[in-house]
Amino acid sequence: MTKKTSLYNLHKKYGAKLVEFAGYEMPIQYKDGIIQEHKFTRSKCGIFDVSHMGQLFIYGKENLTKDLENIFPTDLKKLNINQSKYSFLMDENAGIYDDLIITKILEGYLIILNAACKDNDFKIIKTKLGNTYNLQLKEDLSLIALQGPEAKTILEKKVKGVSKLKFMNGEKYKFLDINIFISRSGYTGEDGFEISIDNNYVEKFVEEMLNEGAKMIGLGARDTLRMEAGLCLYGNDIDKNTTPIEANLKWAISKNRIDTEYPGSKIIKKQIQSGVEKIRVGIKPVNRVIARGNTRVFNKDDKEIGKITSGTFGPSVDHSIAMGYVENEYSKLNTKLFLEIRGKKIPANICDLPFYKKKYVKGEINV
Amino acid sequence: MSDVKYSKEHEWLKLDGDVATIGITKHATEMLGDIVFAELPEKGSSVEKDSTAGVVESTKAASDVYTPISGEVVDANQAIVEDPSKINADPEGEAWFFKLKIKDIKELDTLMNKDEYDKFAKESSQ
Repeated sequence: MTKKTSLYNLHKKYGAKLVEFAGYEMPIQYKDGIIQEHKFTRSKCGIFDVSHMGQLFIYGKENLTKDLENIFPTDLKKLNINQSKYSFLMDENAGIYDDLIITKILEGYLIILNAACKDNDFKIIKTKLGNTYNLQLKEDLSLIALQGPEAKTILEKKVKGVSKLKFMNGEKYKFLDINIFISRSGYTGEDGFEISIDNNYVEKFVEEMLNEGAKMIGLGARDTLRMEAGLCLYGNDIDKNTTPIEANLKWAISKNRIDTEYPGSKIIKKQIQSGVEKIRVGIKPVNRVIARGNTRVFNKDDKEIGKITSGTFGPSVDHSIAMGYVENEYSKLNTKLFLEIRGKKIPANICDLPFYKKKYVKGEINV
Repeated sequence: MSDVKYSKEHEWLKLDGDVATIGITKHATEMLGDIVFAELPEKGSSVEKDSTAGVVESTKAASDVYTPISGEVVDANQAIVEDPSKINADPEGEAWFFKLKIKDIKELDTLMNKDEYDKFAKESSQ
């Protein structure tokens, strides 16, 4: 049976088209449709229900940091309280079980996990940590993302001081009589916030954001927004057959962890030193045709050199966009390649990620 | 609009002499969502009833467009290739897909009228 989030009734009220996603009944779009929802998020402020994602709390003191560093390739010692880092749960071959966000909190750590991976992640982490720590995959909390250039002013009206948060930093705030945790982060390429809030208050909270001018946005637009921002979707662009280095996510491996041990550390170190055979790149077909996942990629001599992992039409870049893996020698910017779509070879070019670059007022995001 | 016929693949067809104008139904566009790409058959080519004659892609997925009857393609609507959003805006009017010089008028008998199609669409989307 599919699960429902605490916003299920609100989704229906606002005309959501619901689909099954990772075992949850989730809104793929509302009445305006994916393109309008996408553009609204880029120009104003969208609200996303991401309560299907896992919120894993691990409670512990000093030793927990050390023990988690044996699992994740992130320099957790350097994290300040309420600061977040993007990281990975990997197997011994550096294949990715999940990509996740780790936040150091006063009581220990909070890790945000992908919905489809969360139960497996929990088992892996629990097994590795043993019985020393209390782990809780919270079902009583919802997770909401508020994204777009107006997110800051809209949220500030109801949560004083929130606009002072720096990117990838969070804080506890009050909403009515309860504590909520807000971090400045997101998955759209826009400025924005992610709000962890009690299930019993989430509907009230979202209605207040809607009253201030935000709109509900479905998973469809979430996908086109993240693709324009060049961000990976677990299960499409990264999985157990790709490493963070192949996924071009080397930046997320802490520099001073390269010589230390964690699952996959030997492979990561080797790939950083001697390179990879395949690498994730951005690809733009020359016309409007869309290259979906699993589209085969060829060089000019008709040799198969890779595979598309995500593709769509980017409403803000007004172009067909895709990402995928190609053999390293074809990964240079502007390399011409061909995509096999419905039997035809469509010319395409390697291009920079992200496809959509936010024109931030300098320093605005780090106020 | 009583002379408009409909297929189970959600295409509509309007006959004018021996030329049929073909497009996809409003119901089809509502199921597809925002359409961002359209591919049409080439002018002068021949298409067989129920075979693929084009493609539409929405932000969600790609779908084949079938021809409800056989014939020779005498025109294709390039305006929807250049701006596929026209298909969502006016699918059963301005955003027609292609025109066929029909081969066998008897093939039209296999298609539905508006009432039959509306009923079919309602049932198939449940």
